[in-house]
Amino acid sequence: MTGDGRGSWPGGRRRLGRVVGGSVSGGLEVRLDAGVSVEEVGIGRFVTVEGDRRRFLCLVTDVKLRSVSEQVATVPPDYEDPFIARVMGGITTYGVLQVLPTLTLPDGPDDPPEPVKTVPGHFSPVYEATPEDLRAVYGDEAKTDNFQVGSPLEMPEIPLCINIRRLVERSNGVFGKSGTGKSFLTRLILLGIIRSGLASVLVFDMHNEYGWKAEDKERGRDVKGLRQLYGSSVVVFTLDEESSRRRGVTYDGVVEIGYNELEIDDLLLLTEPLHLSGRAPDLMAALEREYGRDWLARFLSLQDPPEREQLAKELGFGSSVVSALYQSLSRLKRLHFLKPRADSRAVELMLNYLKMGRSVVLEFGRTNDLLAYMLVANVLTRRIHRHYVEAKERFLGGVGADPRPLVVVIEEAHKFLSPAVAHHTIFGTIAREMRKYNVTLLIVDQRPSGIDEEVMSQLGTRIVCSLDNEKDLESVLTGVVGRSELRALLARLDSRQQALILGHAVPIPTPIRVRDYDEKLYGSLKSGGPPSEGGTLDLEEDLFGEW
Amino acid sequence: MTELGVRVGEVIETSTSRFVAHCYELHGAPALGSLVRTGGIDRPVFGLVAAVSTTGIDPGRRPVARGQRENDPEEIFKKNPQLAQLFRTEFEAIIVGHADGGTIRQGLPPAPPRVHDFVYLCRPEETASFTDQLHFLALILEQPISVPADELIAAALRQAAASRPDPDEFLIRAGRELARLLAPDPVRLQLLLRRLKRDG
Repeated sequence: MTGDGRGSWPGGRRRLGRVVGGSVSGGLEVRLDAGVSVEEVGIGRFVTVEGDRRRFLCLVTDVKLRSVSEQVATVPPDYEDPFIARVMGGITTYGVLQVLPTLTLPDGPDDPPEPVKTVPGHFSPVYEATPEDLRAVYGDEAKTDNFQVGSPLEMPEIPLCINIRRLVERSNGVFGKSGTGKSFLTRLILLGIIRSGLASVLVFDMHNEYGWKAEDKERGRDVKGLRQLYGSSVVVFTLDEESSRRRGVTYDGVVEIGYNELEIDDLLLLTEPLHLSGRAPDLMAALEREYGRDWLARFLSLQDPPEREQLAKELGFGSSVVSALYQSLSRLKRLHFLKPRADSRAVELMLNYLKMGRSVVLEFGRTNDLLAYMLVANVLTRRIHRHYVEAKERFLGGVGADPRPLVVVIEEAHKFLSPAVAHHTIFGTIAREMRKYNVTLLIVDQRPSGIDEEVMSQLGTRIVCSLDNEKDLESVLTGVVGRSELRALLARLDSRQQALILGHAVPIPTPIRVRDYDEKLYGSLKSGGPPSEGGTLDLEEDLFGEW
Repeated sequence: MTELGVRVGEVIETSTSRFVAHCYELHGAPALGSLVRTGGIDRPVFGLVAAVSTTGIDPGRRPVARGQRENDPEEIFKKNPQLAQLFRTEFEAIIVGHADGGTIRQGLPPAPPRVHDFVYLCRPEETASFTDQLHFLALILEQPISVPADELIAAALRQAAASRPDPDEFLIRAGRELARLLAPDPVRLQLLLRRLKRDG
């Protein structure tokens, strides 16, 4: 017997209570020791349970108040009296933790933690998890595969890492309602990916907050973007030269897109913003047959209504259908980066940089409306993806190197990946084919329920900030074990700097307090460092290689 | 062997769970809840002072009031010294433990104390050492006794607390033990806890 066992324990571990019931599926009930206040042990905290043969790492998912008899509630004791409060607290009335057993902890340093298949016995003692326990499960930053994204909730002193190698193996998502720090979290993860040297990233940066700097509105200061932190490992392209210059951003190229680079699917993706009519797809197909790849430029050059009526007759469409399409597609004219004949050098350059293993941020400047964003992201990604497919196929055929994994970051992802349009976009394809061609997605979104279920089910790791919409909560937890507990946890996350990480990159669903984005972080990146000198040599090789 | 405390009387009636002692002094019983020791050196038995009574030695004679002209009741005894011989003070002690080869065990002894065993009031150190364990509380709660059990417990614990360097710590520990025992009856528990407080 360990006696009353309140307070600290030899070796610095603190005993919290004892297991009094539970199951593998429903979690364990832990009665708190008399000296431990329910207020000390919040949900999201990690605890370890010492069974007879194994140690279990568990996550606190609920905290309850109990009393030994109903009478206590009917005739409440005089808790104003400190003596009575101290005597009765923990005995007549007591706290119970609901904890979810997640893994059994290894005995030796080389054994991996294992999924839980049983529960610890009755009255097994429960302790606060120590940094060593968590390190055994999450690894530490000494391995470059690991990147510290934060710390467990309520345990700010313990670093908590995600495994970048496993992260970039699949497509991933960062979700959360607006204002929950999705961009900060995404930027942090991108820093981790670039630092690991395991993949390049391509960011479609709608609000210009990844490349050079971003504003931390909460603290009223600017924070450094990828370029500032990783120098030439990250290149910045812009769609809006003037805006980039005004913001003092060093950019490496200005991207233009030609009408001839737009495919009908790209335009169909924009059915809603362009107000395309039901006949539009057929008409566009007819135009393409008639004029070839230059159909859009030719069609938009028909400024006189009689010319368009003539065309309608030739193609056998009603003149109203043609003029409706003309009106719709004319909206593209205000997108200044779209040119009838574009200078594609910038896009080539971008591709080359990616081939060299650098990361690319494409700023949208003031062009940050959804129409432009969807169009550009889709067109460029399709082109880049095509190169990757070719390179990968050559590699599989024994020619050239395996293309370096690429993570494409898109915001407002539910617009690209809604069930209605997911099949028209390259993003739907990438999400479904997983890492077959070394390209994966990092989707950033506030409405996960708007994303096609099939795409959601393919996501390897989901990083979820606070969400309050029922459907969204449901959607991010599809297919996760311990769903109802995690759901309760998720609904209670703070709306700032807290997130739940689920899936491939972490051994167990993990609520975290996201690391501060500050000088300390900048410093830690320098010590790890992205592939700088060493990396460039590899890149040269790539440049002169097959692809 | 530890030094014995003050001798207060002799056992005149005895059983497994209680004994009655006749005090040497009229009105000389220890306070309610005091720990006393009897049973001889080799088979000590511990009890808590419960019901104290002072009655006439001859049950057929009722005392009469004598102090109408006195200012102080003590004067009556001074003027009628025979009175001290006509009355007797007795107390009943609830047996709460015994010693077995130097180890104190809380619970009933294998054999009750004998008639005419001397009864000693335990010294504070002895009380403190006996009350390191609190199993005797259950023993009191589970038997019918001639005084309200909660009063006896409160008195005993207050005395035990006073015999220790940190009375508050002891009272909280004892209170928690009572909370466990009386968990199904929170109203009774709370009343008892209030009596336990030294100031209350």
